[in-house]
Amino acid sequence: MRAFAVASLLAVAPPLWAHAFLDRAMPAVGSTVRDPPARVTLRFSERLEPAFSKAQVLDASGRRVDNDDASVSGDDAAVLSVSVRALPPGVYTVKWRVLSVDTHVTEGDFAFTVAGR
Amino acid sequence: MNRFAWCAAVVSACIAGAPVPTSAHGFAGKRFFPATLATDDPFVSDELSLPTITHQRFGASDEGPAVRETDFSVDMSKRITERFGIGFDATYKRLRPDEGDRQSGWDNVALSAKYQWFTDAAHEAIVSAGVDWDIGGSGSKRVGAESFSTITPAIFFGKGFGDLPADMSMLRPLAVTGSLGVAFPTRASTTTIDDDGEESVDRHPHVLQWGFALEYSIPYLQSYVKDMGIGEPFNRMIPVVEFALETPLDRGRGATTGTINPGVLWAGQYTQVSVEAVIPVNDRSGKGVGWMAQLHFFLDDLFPTSIGRPLVRN
Repeated sequence: MRAFAVASLLAVAPPLWAHAFLDRAMPAVGSTVRDPPARVTLRFSERLEPAFSKAQVLDASGRRVDNDDASVSGDDAAVLSVSVRALPPGVYTVKWRVLSVDTHVTEGDFAFTVAGR
Repeated sequence: MNRFAWCAAVVSACIAGAPVPTSAHGFAGKRFFPATLATDDPFVSDELSLPTITHQRFGASDEGPAVRETDFSVDMSKRITERFGIGFDATYKRLRPDEGDRQSGWDNVALSAKYQWFTDAAHEAIVSAGVDWDIGGSGSKRVGAESFSTITPAIFFGKGFGDLPADMSMLRPLAVTGSLGVAFPTRASTTTIDDDGEESVDRHPHVLQWGFALEYSIPYLQSYVKDMGIGEPFNRMIPVVEFALETPLDRGRGATTGTINPGVLWAGQYTQVSVEAVIPVNDRSGKGVGWMAQLHFFLDDLFPTSIGRPLVRN
């Protein structure tokens, strides 16, 4: 009976979507890179709604250093990226807020460090 | 896009018939609080635990022989609004005493209501208040279901440590959840008369029910603190230690009883699988190490447009 109930639940479930977790980032979460990146790329666990999914990159003083062009990839709707200006050595914070296709909002932030050569 | 523009876009989408963004179960800002097994969750959600299986051994006492108990529970909660939800819990018990016949049957059904009145995204904090009604006489006396009801008002809390300073960043994945309530039985005592005509009185005290869970979230570590390169399935695991305790307050006050439950939770996109050891804190709480396991469904993710959303939406 219990197994039947579980099977029924799964059988009638609609196409499965859920809240988006950040799976991977480039530069990686908490990493130190030698060369400053030209873009920050975020890969999520779910497909995103492009109109409501944004990312910003801030320097240590809280100033934006991205080009305000965050966009969801046309090839992979789970990937969000934003280009950044030339980054001098320092600590940078990436802030994101995304809407997965099932309407769940998730948000987060992480830091990475540019060490320079 | 600034906050105003984002809101305007959402309003436009609503007018156009697009789905409305919602908060997912158990979130406070970045923090995802998983469903715990031995202590109540601090949040309101659409979820189903089916089943939760608990196995524990109890030693012999004045009241009877040693017994092995296995419980099969189903627990469902449903949001009425974004912040208010109701719940249902039923448990089938199987008792295998060292001496005498095996017994099995349903324990009393419990209904509950919970209101999540405080959520602080920046500090990853949640506070809720709720009440649980254990309906007397709805279960089987063979397995010890009480003939009287018990009402338990309680407060619930959750706090993530994502706001710790940068030099303590590896502690940011830590979180604590817990609850504190008092169980009020609707009957002060029960008098029974045995076959020899001897009368005995069983007193039912008010009981302080308290518990908490310490969690270290690997997903939080990987997504917000430092990507350690931990792969599937370990990147979705949350090691946890739960403490579930009860302290009688009056009517012959007995000792505090309860269990300490170390284990691990695996939170997927739609389901959560959990396994914990059950370690009694004293002889009155059990004998030896038991275990519990749970399969849990996030109904808001499985059915986002039907039974997985609040009945009344703002």
